Amino acid sequence: MKLTLRVWRQKNADADGAMSTYEVDGISPDMSFLEMLDTLNEGLILKGEDPVAFDHDCREGICGACSLVINGDAHGPERTTTCQLHMRSFKDGDTIDIEPWRASAFPVVKDLVVDRSAFDRIIQAGGYITAPTGAAPEAHATPVPKPDADFAFEHAECIGCGACVAACPNGAAMLFTSAKVNHLNVLPQGAPERESRVLDMVAQMDEEGFGGCTLTGECATACPKGIPLMSITSMNKEWLRATRKVSKR
Amino acid sequence: MARTVWDSTVGKKTVMAVSGLVMLLYLVAHMIGNLKIFFGAGEFNHYAHWLRTVGEPFMHYEWTLWVIRVVLVVAVVAHATSAYQLSRRDIKARPSKYVHKKPRASYATRTMRWGGIILGLFIVWHILDLTTGTVHPGGFETGKPYQNILDTFSTWYGNVIYIVAMLALGLHIRHGFWSAAQTLGAGSRTRDRALKTVANVLALLLTVGFIAVPVGVMTGVVS
Repeated sequence: MKLTLRVWRQKNADADGAMSTYEVDGISPDMSFLEMLDTLNEGLILKGEDPVAFDHDCREGICGACSLVINGDAHGPERTTTCQLHMRSFKDGDTIDIEPWRASAFPVVKDLVVDRSAFDRIIQAGGYITAPTGAAPEAHATPVPKPDADFAFEHAECIGCGACVAACPNGAAMLFTSAKVNHLNVLPQGAPERESRVLDMVAQMDEEGFGGCTLTGECATACPKGIPLMSITSMNKEWLRATRKVSKR
Repeated sequence: MARTVWDSTVGKKTVMAVSGLVMLLYLVAHMIGNLKIFFGAGEFNHYAHWLRTVGEPFMHYEWTLWVIRVVLVVAVVAHATSAYQLSRRDIKARPSKYVHKKPRASYATRTMRWGGIILGLFIVWHILDLTTGTVHPGGFETGKPYQNILDTFSTWYGNVIYIVAMLALGLHIRHGFWSAAQTLGAGSRTRDRALKTVANVLALLLTVGFIAVPVGVMTGVVS
C-alpha cells in the first residue's frame, strides 16, 4: 500500500504546530497503524529528519497509552485503540490525517504526544479504595450481586486513554470520570468513600479545565472499550446523592 | 450546599435541567391555553381574564399570575446564566479545532446554543408584542388578547418570527428534555427509548400546538 499522511508536527509545547505531508510506501494491510508510523519514522531517520513522536506502550489495546485522532476520529475508524487498528481499514492511495488529542487539559508535548497527567490527578482525587493491601482476600468473603459485579466490570474496562476527551466538542472528561466513579461506587469495597469519591473526582475534573457535558454522545462513540453514555447519567445520580448526603452532615 | 452546586459543572447542569423543566411545564400550560383561540373571541378573552383571577379570593387580582411570572424570570435567568458560564468553559476547554472536521451529533444537539439565544430574543419580542404592547402592530388593547393576536399574525414578520422561534423551541426541547433526564440521573438503559420518545412527542406537540395559532390566523380559521 502507498499512502499520503498529513501529520501534526509541533517541536515542543510552546512552538506553533502545523500539518506536514509525507508519502509512505510498502505498507502491508496486516500492519497495525503504529507499525505504519514506525515505517514512516524509519524512513525519516534514514533521511536525517526528526521522527514523528507518538505515544505507545503495550500495543495490545489494554494500556491506554496510544492516542491519535485519525481522519477526525479518536483512535481511527474502528472501535478499538490505535495500536489495534490495522491498515486493512484503509485503501491503497488514501490520504490520512493524523492529529493529537485536542483539549486544553491535554497540552501537546511534541507532535502527537499530549500530557494526560490531568487524568492521574482525577484518579488521585478519589479513584481508589482505602483498604489494607497485602495478600488477595478470599473472593467470597465480600458477596457482590452479579448485576453489580457486571456493572463494575463494564466501567473497570476504561483504560484512561482520553479518547472521550478528544472526541468531545467541549473537551469534557465526564465519561472517563464516570467510568472510574461507577466502577468503585457500586461495589461494597468502594462504599465507605462513595460520597467523597464522586464529589472530589468531579471537583478535580473541573479544576483541570475540562469542559462540561452537553450529552452529544461523542465520547461513548469514540471509546475503544465501549463505556456507555449512560455511565455519565449514573455519575450525575451519584453526585446529586452525595451532595444531598454531605449537606446533611 | 448551594455554593458547591453552583461551583461544579455537574451542579450548573442540574440548575439548567431543573429550570428547563420548570419552563417546559409552563409551556405545556401556555400551549393548551393558546388553543382556546379556535373557540372564538368570547372564550379566549374569558380565559385570559380568568388567568388574572386564579386563586381568588385567597389571592388578590393578578397575584397568581405575578407569582408565575417571577418563577419564570428566575428560571430563565438561571437557565441562561448556567448556559452562558458552561458554554464559555466548554469553548475554553477545546481551544484548537481538528484540521480534519467531521459533522457529527444530531442537528438538535448542535443547535442548542444558537437555538437558546434565538429563544431568548423571541421571549423579549413576545412580551413587548403581546404583554406590554410596546412593539405591537396596530392598536394594542389590554384585555382584548384575541384581537391583539389577530393583529400580530396579520403581519408577515409576526408570523416569521413566531414560526422560526417555535421550530427552534422544538429542537431545543428534543435534546433538552432527554438531557435534563440524564443530568438529573433519571435516565437508564431500559428507560432510554421511552425518554427519547417523550422528548420527541413533547417537542412535536408543543411546536405544532404553538404554530397552529399563526397558521389559523393566516388561513382565516381564526378571524
